[in-house]
Amino acid sequence: MIGRIYLDNAATTGTDTEVLNEMLPYFMESFGNPSSIYSFSRDNRIALERSRGQVARAINAEPAEIYFTGGGTESDNWALKGAAFARRGSRGHIITTMIEHHAILHSAEFLAGMGYDVTYLPVDEEGRIDLKELEGAFREDTFLVSVMFANNEIGTIQPVSEIGRLCKKRNVLFHTDAVQAVGHIPIDVKAMHIDMLSLSAHKFHGPKGVGALFIRRGVKIENFIHGGGQEKGRRASTENVPGIVGLGKALEISIQRIGTESARQSMLRDRLIKGILETIPYARLNGPGEDGRLPNNVNFSFIGVEGETLILDLDEAGISASTGSACSSGSLDPSHVLLAIGLDHAHSHGSLRMTLGTCTSENDIDYVLDTLPAIISRRREMSPLWEDFLRNEKKVTI
Amino acid sequence: MAKHDLVGGSLWEQYSSKVTQRVINPSFMGDLTEEDAEKKGGKLIIADWGAEVCGDAVRLYWIVDPDTDIILDARFKTFGCGTAIASSDVMAEMCIGKTVDQVLEITNLDVERELRDEADKPAIPPQKMHCSVMAYDVLKKAASIYKGVDVSRLEEEDIVCQCARVSLKTIKDVIRLNDLKTVEDVIHYTKAGAFCKSCIRPGGHEPRKYYIENILREVRMEMEKEELSQHLEERDFSSMTLIQKHRAVEKVLDEVVRPILILDGGNVEVLDMKEHEGSTEVFLSYLGVCAGCPSGQTFTLKKIEDALQENLDSHIRVNIV
Repeated sequence: MIGRIYLDNAATTGTDTEVLNEMLPYFMESFGNPSSIYSFSRDNRIALERSRGQVARAINAEPAEIYFTGGGTESDNWALKGAAFARRGSRGHIITTMIEHHAILHSAEFLAGMGYDVTYLPVDEEGRIDLKELEGAFREDTFLVSVMFANNEIGTIQPVSEIGRLCKKRNVLFHTDAVQAVGHIPIDVKAMHIDMLSLSAHKFHGPKGVGALFIRRGVKIENFIHGGGQEKGRRASTENVPGIVGLGKALEISIQRIGTESARQSMLRDRLIKGILETIPYARLNGPGEDGRLPNNVNFSFIGVEGETLILDLDEAGISASTGSACSSGSLDPSHVLLAIGLDHAHSHGSLRMTLGTCTSENDIDYVLDTLPAIISRRREMSPLWEDFLRNEKKVTI
Repeated sequence: MAKHDLVGGSLWEQYSSKVTQRVINPSFMGDLTEEDAEKKGGKLIIADWGAEVCGDAVRLYWIVDPDTDIILDARFKTFGCGTAIASSDVMAEMCIGKTVDQVLEITNLDVERELRDEADKPAIPPQKMHCSVMAYDVLKKAASIYKGVDVSRLEEEDIVCQCARVSLKTIKDVIRLNDLKTVEDVIHYTKAGAFCKSCIRPGGHEPRKYYIENILREVRMEMEKEELSQHLEERDFSSMTLIQKHRAVEKVLDEVVRPILILDGGNVEVLDMKEHEGSTEVFLSYLGVCAGCPSGQTFTLKKIEDALQENLDSHIRVNIV
């Protein structure tokens, strides 16, 4: 067996060596608290501001508009709850989508429980929202629209600029969960009229447990973590300096190579998609075709095959991937994203997500294409659904 | 990296090695044909079972000796997660060599026990027990096909929790015996609802006929009613509320006094009751022939007062209005 092939980069990525080296001095040498006044802490303050600048440049924001957080989930929570609580008692209406990450969905549910109204926009079969539907969903008291930049399961990129324009026209805040997009595809918060944006370092070879929320200057949202006066008094807690340094560095590197890397990964992605479609009968690509899809995302359903066993088989073959099948998660219900794009239970249980990264090579893709068809056909032979499916197919062709 | 980084990766760590082995290489996976059945001199049975909500499905093949009812061979096909495959595999193995009636005794709990590496360590994580139920359901279906009866005839009692096979009667009994007050207590005592949680309350993974929350509410209500009526009988008259006293008085009148008065064509009604210096004043009015009866203020009055004092309290005074 060749070395382990890691195709779950949407779940998390390994920290880049260059990033780690940048972080290391801030553990044992420059470990001072940035809030202290003595000169020893000065390095840390400088490091923080340097990182803030790196993040700001990556999305075309001002450094003062970047607030460091404990990760993507915290950023999402802050954006939604912060915007809601800033209304000081008067409730109101939030628009989001059915395919958001649980950090958004569960925050929205929490607010709904407090009396806010939430509209969940449906998506088409490729996972995209309909702009007309968004326009129709606006109400007098709509104060926030939160639509993810790109979906973590099926890679669909939303028409963010258009959404931003619609929100701006109505003077409604626009937040986007860009955790899967930042560092992977170009983002410009000014041109796209984004008011708030969540990002997370470990999705682009930075460390885990650190992220940021971009809050456009002038946007009124309530503070979320109360304590000391860090982050201009808006997000208390002693800054995770090594993590923040890692975040800035990782994002800087990602942006430097974003053009070549997204082209390279798109090429590998399309090779993988084409290969699977050619070698495995009745394979269904979930999410959009080449256009409007994250460069690193591949998601298939194989009728007759259940996801969990597929992942176990791939693991035996040295490939790490993931599935939207309920059976691999704590819950028994299949992925809300796959159900939202109209998949039936049998298809959503048989989904396989492979997400490429900077370390993914052509050899890796070839190995997957050599291995996967045999695994699928063996599992299909064990499946009563496949037997029935083939029988029906034959009937149709006769 | 690998499994630990995947969504829900920790779930797999909770599988026993027997489960993992059977998922990767199931021994009884496959099918049986009429030809196979002929060779072995048995009857081919093919049973399908689908768990609607999950989308999981299993197909069980048996060759049964029609003279002895012994299952000569068994195979299966499964569309489902690791637990569904491993439990189908064990279940097929457990069928072979047993009679159809014997295999009806096998439940998903036996299957899970068979998959354990160590006797006291579960083979699968709790939420996956749900996925082992399918192996039991298809087995029952196969037996019903062989016997030519409806599958519901083989279910002898109402099962509330399929994962842990806990019946409605067991849950009711345990609530009463242990005076359980919360859903958590019921889950803790019976193990019902501890697995896929569908049977705790509506809105879970799959719709169920019974929900623990409702059963608990009903049993608690029954228990309260029983307690209340017991209290009424046992409770000291002096500590009753006025309404309770009125009921108690009416009850004695109904049971002891009125039957006699009605025989003579009369009756009595309670107009009012008052608490007065430690005694209870009952104001009655005669009806029918009693209204003009001369003993109404003497003999009959005394009899009524005696009846109330004997049955309820010596501090009751009766006044005729």
